[in-house]
Amino acid sequence: MSTLQKDMSLTGQAPKSLNTTQKIGTIVGMTGLIILVLAAFNINFPNKPIWLTISLLAIVMGVAVFTKGAYGNKQEGIKNDGVWFKSISSRGFLAWLAGIALTGFYIVLYFFAELLGLGVDGAANTGLISLFDPLSRFLNGGQASQWFVYGTLYTIAILAFGYKFINKYKHNRYEQLRTASVMFFQTAFAFVIPELMARLNTDDFSLPYNDLKNMWPLNYYAFDQWRVDELINAQTVGIVFLIFGILSIFVVSPILTYKYGKRWYCSWVCGCGGLAETAGDAFRQLSDKSMNAWKIERWVIHSVLVFSVVMTTAVISTYLGYDDSKYWLTKDVFLTGVAVFLGLLFAAIWYFKRDELAKDAQYGAIGYLVVVLSLIGIHYASSSTLFLFEAGTLRTVYGFLIGSVFSGVIGTGFYPIFGNRVWCRMGCPMAAILGMQQRLFSKFRITTNGGQCISCGNCSTYCEMGIDVRAYAQKGENIVRSSCVGCGVCSAVCPRGVLKLENDSQDGRINPTEVLLGNDVDLMELMNHNK
Amino acid sequence: MKNIVIIGNGIAGVTAARHIRKLSDHKITIISAETDYFFSRTALMYVYMGHMKFEHTQPYEKYFWKKNRIDLKRAYINQILTEAKEVVTTDAERIPYDSLIIATGSKPNKFGWPGQDLDGVQGLYSYQDLEKLEANAPNKDICNRAVIVGGGLIGIEMAEMLRTRDIPVTFLVREDSFWNGVLPSGESEMINKHIKSHHIDLRLGVNLEEITADEHGRVKAIKIAETGEIIECNVVGLTAGVSPNIDFLKESGIELGRGVKVNRLLETNAKDVYAIGDCAEQHDPIGSRRPIEAVWYTGRMMGETVAQTICGNDTEYNPGHWFNSAKFLDIEYQTYGWVFSNKSKKDNELHFHWKHPEKDMCITVAYDAITNTFLGINTFGIRMRHEVFDQWLTNKVSVAFVIEHLKEANFDPEFYTHFEKEIIRAYQVQQTINA
Repeated sequence: MSTLQKDMSLTGQAPKSLNTTQKIGTIVGMTGLIILVLAAFNINFPNKPIWLTISLLAIVMGVAVFTKGAYGNKQEGIKNDGVWFKSISSRGFLAWLAGIALTGFYIVLYFFAELLGLGVDGAANTGLISLFDPLSRFLNGGQASQWFVYGTLYTIAILAFGYKFINKYKHNRYEQLRTASVMFFQTAFAFVIPELMARLNTDDFSLPYNDLKNMWPLNYYAFDQWRVDELINAQTVGIVFLIFGILSIFVVSPILTYKYGKRWYCSWVCGCGGLAETAGDAFRQLSDKSMNAWKIERWVIHSVLVFSVVMTTAVISTYLGYDDSKYWLTKDVFLTGVAVFLGLLFAAIWYFKRDELAKDAQYGAIGYLVVVLSLIGIHYASSSTLFLFEAGTLRTVYGFLIGSVFSGVIGTGFYPIFGNRVWCRMGCPMAAILGMQQRLFSKFRITTNGGQCISCGNCSTYCEMGIDVRAYAQKGENIVRSSCVGCGVCSAVCPRGVLKLENDSQDGRINPTEVLLGNDVDLMELMNHNK
Repeated sequence: MKNIVIIGNGIAGVTAARHIRKLSDHKITIISAETDYFFSRTALMYVYMGHMKFEHTQPYEKYFWKKNRIDLKRAYINQILTEAKEVVTTDAERIPYDSLIIATGSKPNKFGWPGQDLDGVQGLYSYQDLEKLEANAPNKDICNRAVIVGGGLIGIEMAEMLRTRDIPVTFLVREDSFWNGVLPSGESEMINKHIKSHHIDLRLGVNLEEITADEHGRVKAIKIAETGEIIECNVVGLTAGVSPNIDFLKESGIELGRGVKVNRLLETNAKDVYAIGDCAEQHDPIGSRRPIEAVWYTGRMMGETVAQTICGNDTEYNPGHWFNSAKFLDIEYQTYGWVFSNKSKKDNELHFHWKHPEKDMCITVAYDAITNTFLGINTFGIRMRHEVFDQWLTNKVSVAFVIEHLKEANFDPEFYTHFEKEIIRAYQVQQTINA
């Protein structure tokens, strides 16, 4: 697919080249980044608050100036000129460079945080992390960690590139509101509120870092023993958080997904989605649309879901007791409960949706069987082993493989190569659950406008989830796919007004057609209804 | 099992092949001289603009053809032997058929302008035209200026394409306002302004007199007939419409007019030979339609229809309500039913026109002067629901009903500003004035 382009894209012809304003923006933004890199290489900046401010401001201003250069003088409309000519957005040299840099950053962040200057065992921070100490003290009262640095940069990226995205789509209120929403949820829920709440912590009161919108199973440590213990020990506030966490999984999310599809979370609220839609927007066209990619996607994402359910169940069961006189929720009650719940869920899906499921039902059955066998395994396990693994080991493996490598190193590090939603499409267990519901019990669909499709392929090209949208649109068929995050870009880039995201009744939501609207009504009747 | 040969792998031919496969087990061969695989012709512009790569314009993956047992052959057919039931390639290979579908599309019109075959003069229709444009106008250093001749849908697309590479464009339009043979005047004027706002040098009411060459036989300049003005340029785009691509049929004995003459079953005068899509010409126009319909959608419909006939269920080409769409730079256009231009509309057709005071948005609703029946709508910058308008046209609702229920037909993305109230108010004002 990709040939290595030696072109650095800073010179040359429109639309490949950058204009003067864009070049200034790039230089300003890069200056901000270079300050961070220098700090990472232990250049000691004398006045940390000022240098940190300069650096972060330079990044934000750089993106803002670049945005002005890119869209400032343009009319409202689609801004994809030259996307496949630019090195950075067409897997060229710059894309590989960026991919390697990002991947490297994630590896260091997750596994070698001391390289960033993390003070071990109470020692003071040095390097990059120490640069963020002033901001950390200002917000949460303590010194910075690698996660504070990451959280700050993550939020800055969503805000800066969110501003760019809003300007790119100045004619599209759906895109603007959605982006404002992810910018808000990231800044408030994932960053400012948890950091400020950390100030409440005293010697005898401690709340874990809590991002209210980060639900299990995306938040795979939601029910880890230390976390649940801390929440319970924090009494009222902690219990409220714990209950809200459980309610969001079993009540809030199903209701919202029924009404609006999974987009309410994936492209309006979620932090992973937030980064993908803003900083990752330039790479959405790189997702693989082939049938093979779709097959792999379905196996991988649902395997992660099964893994996640088994891991979480195993972890929870380790800290539940056997004695029901102490607490009603014992290990066996819990395991039975999970088995019964999943059994009922599976039976209900099969009963109500068996006509639509066909072969998928078999795969679902396999997944369910794996879970149940695992539950039995957990039950008979002496002490806390499951088969050959301890629950703790399972949790560590999951955290490493899925939590760090998949979602971070591959999911974000490879934005410039595989596109911006690899994690959301292939790995996120939360997306798998929401997707299953979206496919089966939701009012959401992308409506195809009668016979207006010209098969141009803009929708499929710019679908970040790798859905071949055109395959449906050119058949006059609505798009009802579990992976669709409802970003709305297919509808935006369509030159003929063919696609509309909407919530409507379930009747006629899936409408395969052979002969499209506009032809002989008798022929349509014959081909579409008498099959 | 019949042996079916289709010449042309555009939307018409490929749709026919897909439907024949759905309905039968016939052997299907699609022959094309243009490309190995079907691509969306309407998307060629996006390849030049860098929105997509060429492979993105191909709607089906490679496995699709094998899975559906549709054989693809790359060859140019220059002879059809209707007696022997064979087609002959330029390499003199003879390919037999039981049923033959001619779906060879169009070619750009040339009206005998001096210099029309010079290097650097081209249309924009085929994959080869795209390659030519990439060679002729890769950037503004090699192409200092392009002149586009002919104010239709392809002309404005070509202007948009060249502008993405900052190439100065002069756009010669014969009519005194852009596409006003089709669009009512209010809409046409709005598009004029929009074209100019994209820094395209739009010249209205002018004709091309000649194209002159430099010493290498490449285009050097053009001359405008009316003013005698000479405009230096490196590329000339000929976009004054298209006509059926049927020169190879002249000796075949198949009846030709401007296109391949067909009856309502899409049959030609030769036995078991059919013609569909841009190259087919109806003996008698259907309703208000033209005898040759060079439109994506009609190509697809004819493909859907001819497949029935070939598979034993004789079906006349009987299209439903007219619809079409296009995009003029940043402005989307949709039409449902018939809205005729000021030039071509009949006395009984009245128009209600609404335009947004600032934005490039407008609608024109056509209705019958006596019965007030809704005849059709043009919309610019507002998306409408095909299904709703199709239903309203079938039900022959009144213009007042359409205006009142316009909201039900809106297809804009969520959270877009709606203008139904303003439109209703404007309609009431017009009614008061008329009364």
